[in-house]
Amino acid sequence: MADPLLEVTDLSIEYLTDRADVHAVDRVSFTVDPGEFLGIVGESGCGKSTLLFGAAQLLSPPGAVAGGTVIFRGHDMVRINRNELQHMRWRDYSVVMQSAMNALNPMKSIGAQFKDTLQAHGTASRAEIEQRSAEVLSLVGIDAAHLDSYPHQLSGGMRQRAMIAMALLFTPQLVMMDEPTSALDVVAQRSLMSKIKDLQRSLGFAVIFVTHDMSVVSRYSDRVIVMYAGQIAEAAPTDAIFERPQHPYTRGLMDAFPSIRGPRRTLAGIPGSPPDLARPPSGCRFHPRCPDVMPQCVSRAPELYNVGDASVRCLLYAEPAKEAV
Amino acid sequence: MATDAASNVAIAERPPDTEERAEPRRLVRAVLGNRKAVVGAVILLVMVFVAVFPGLIAPHDPQATVGPPNASPSSAYLLGTTQLGQDVLSQLIWSTRLTLWVTLVVSVIATFISMIIGVTAAYIGGVTDRVLTVLIDVFLIIPVLPLLILLSAYLAPGTTSLIIVLTITSWAFQARQLRSQGLSVRNRDFLVAARARGERPMYIILVEIVPTMTSLLAASFLALAVFEVGFAASLQFLGLGNASQLMWGTMLYNAQQAAALESGNAWWALAPGLAVALMGAGFALVNYAFDEIGNPALRPVRRRRRGRPST
Amino acid sequence: MRYLAKRGGLFLVTLWAALTVNFIIPRVMPGNEAQAVLATFRGANPGALHALEIQFGVNVHQSVLASYFQYLGNCVTGQFGVTAQGVPVMTEIMSKLPWTLGLVGVTTILAFVIGTVAGVYSAWRRGGRLDAILPPTLFIVSTVPVFFVGLLLIYLFAVKLNWLPLSGNYSVGATPSFTLPFIWDVLKHAILPGLSLVIVTAGLWVYSMRNNMITTIAEDYVKTARAKGLSSRRIMYDYAARNAILPNLTGFAMQLGYVLGGAIVIEYLFSYPGLGYLFYTASTDHDLPLMQGLFLFYTLAVLICVLIADLLTAVVDPRTREA
Repeated sequence: MADPLLEVTDLSIEYLTDRADVHAVDRVSFTVDPGEFLGIVGESGCGKSTLLFGAAQLLSPPGAVAGGTVIFRGHDMVRINRNELQHMRWRDYSVVMQSAMNALNPMKSIGAQFKDTLQAHGTASRAEIEQRSAEVLSLVGIDAAHLDSYPHQLSGGMRQRAMIAMALLFTPQLVMMDEPTSALDVVAQRSLMSKIKDLQRSLGFAVIFVTHDMSVVSRYSDRVIVMYAGQIAEAAPTDAIFERPQHPYTRGLMDAFPSIRGPRRTLAGIPGSPPDLARPPSGCRFHPRCPDVMPQCVSRAPELYNVGDASVRCLLYAEPAKEAV
Repeated sequence: MATDAASNVAIAERPPDTEERAEPRRLVRAVLGNRKAVVGAVILLVMVFVAVFPGLIAPHDPQATVGPPNASPSSAYLLGTTQLGQDVLSQLIWSTRLTLWVTLVVSVIATFISMIIGVTAAYIGGVTDRVLTVLIDVFLIIPVLPLLILLSAYLAPGTTSLIIVLTITSWAFQARQLRSQGLSVRNRDFLVAARARGERPMYIILVEIVPTMTSLLAASFLALAVFEVGFAASLQFLGLGNASQLMWGTMLYNAQQAAALESGNAWWALAPGLAVALMGAGFALVNYAFDEIGNPALRPVRRRRRGRPST
Repeated sequence: MRYLAKRGGLFLVTLWAALTVNFIIPRVMPGNEAQAVLATFRGANPGALHALEIQFGVNVHQSVLASYFQYLGNCVTGQFGVTAQGVPVMTEIMSKLPWTLGLVGVTTILAFVIGTVAGVYSAWRRGGRLDAILPPTLFIVSTVPVFFVGLLLIYLFAVKLNWLPLSGNYSVGATPSFTLPFIWDVLKHAILPGLSLVIVTAGLWVYSMRNNMITTIAEDYVKTARAKGLSSRRIMYDYAARNAILPNLTGFAMQLGYVLGGAIVIEYLFSYPGLGYLFYTASTDHDLPLMQGLFLFYTLAVLICVLIADLLTAVVDPRTREA
């Protein structure tokens, strides 16, 4: 088995605000293998985007890494020097953000934004720049004439695809995506997702896909991490998560999904709301909303335990021999 | 944004009764927590105190001749005397009241007009909105001091005319921001409900929308006050006020006429100027805190000590 | 091009509004100011006097509407009447214009450059004690009325230290010429007034520039630029500063009115014989035609600058080019 592309170990991220320190991400560990499609799902505020940006070294004050390591292709991303980091950016891993309207510079044409990326990493010749730019656009099905267009002149779906094209300029090994389909309607979503999957298969890059919508990853991901309140609640291969959810939270999420096939049933929700990460609940962070809460859940914080091929942070599965690494 | 698929708990909009009406309390707490705001508030409170109880602090009758003319500051007269031998300090103290009064009245009226026009434009929309927006833009472009001077020339000098001309030139200042806020609130559920109940537009504007804008209104009031003090003083400095009234601006005018800075008691000119700047600073500091509260990106940034901040 | 049409429309409407204000005011204000003033005019040529009568609604047996249109016609042909001394208003304004243009023009450009550079850099380098102290200090500096800055400067440099003159635009008795000593004389006289204006105007601009910059830096496209591995400098200029300044040009232009007002006060304070000082003397003389002419002039100046800013925005901001 090849070495993992990305190894995140015990990563913790904090926001230092005037009032309190918010622990947005608490000791999260996961790996991404080459060519793997990893989905990270959770509700708003669970820390998934922060996790992504933390791993990508894109945090801005007041956010900062508080502990742990991020090893990408053998490099310690948190501690390497800036020049090396700059060299690796976009060549080895790139980032696609939620709203292309916000993520693309409204005052520069698409072509200009491709150009400055290529130039920043050493491509000087105009011919090469033009050629590569046209190439990546054709990968996502956009005509090269649009290189002269400005972001606001493209439709939402086209903009999003242009962003993905930009992310593939150097055919990186890892593309991190933060809710790239959330701003689109359902049809455009589906079309974009299948495009992403096609590209992934043909170019072989790994994907970390952050979303709040589980249905989007169910079809395309190899593995799924479910986050809650800054921690991993459950991590498992996609089939396992959907067919055999172990964590009460994951089960709640599954129950919230209507199935197009199958019998009609009443939809349940998860009562309550996500906790304030400046003052998280004691013990298990999910206990105030958990239907299977036990007395010890209030005082004892669960670790990640192995249950079959899944890792689950729930005291229901706590036995000393089963503690996951 | 009403439903979050992963949690599938319909995050219903909390009605403004709980959320926005708690705003004033949240505001006060936020302001108190901000050092700049506290400094500003202290300055303003001191000024209010001086305005309300001038007799308690001022050593002399401001208009009586009590000492030698153009005397420099001394232990008897802390800021020296005017050309007529009046105590500058006492004049300064007694002038606080009228100066503060004019500033507050103008700011309140202008904010009110601003709010009515801005929110009406936002809420009613359509042609009304377009006309009102053009009106606002016109008043924003017309330069303030020239209009002030022009208007003042026609009116009898005094506090009433001062208030009138300042209001005319200032009402548009915050109108755009208030209109933006109105636009963002326009389609919220509680307004749709009010419309469905058949409430009339003016009622909706005044009773439903305006209470949700308390912090913006307070910020607008403060932003206006910062500049009104200066404009009022400038106008009087140019001689367009009533020189016999006790205000900092008129003190400046009298001092300038008597060439105090060059050949008399310089503090007669500097002290009221300093007072104007100080009052403006007081409003500005509290207002600055509001900017920070409203836009967290503007708050001072803390850097971590241990570890490295991400690049 | 719809954008330009819209802005051009605003230009015309504001101009019309200013002209109308000038027409309405004498007619609605209490008292017989207009009558009294006109009564003091002697020896003015009948045409100019008639124009004034129309503008002030005195001695004219016309309907208000007819007077209004005749007044507008006069304005378009540049007939703004005569001053109390019988000099045509336009002539008077034109003679004083160069001094104010020089003073305000130079200081505004200086202040803009200083304000922009300082604002951009202070927003880019955040964190540390400076970040907590500098902005409120700047904010307060920008809110200090300009006359106070002027007073302080006069007191320090003219009275106490006696380094610089405190009034006029050149020394009494000197004859204007393009010689070096005269130019130096003019400059010496312009330093203190200029400095007062620069301090306050730059303070204003640093503050708003910094806020714009901070908001821009928080945008997603700046984050993307970082993610792409662009150099820090490239990001600061190409993604942050450009996007913070250019769409806001019109906003900056609209602050010009405040600057011009400040210049009036400064000219008065320093007895600097430009348009501002003219405005002041006109107000003490109750020279209504001159005041109204100056008011229109100032409004037109701001309007033109705003229009120029709009044009520039149309050129540099691609978003304005769409229908």
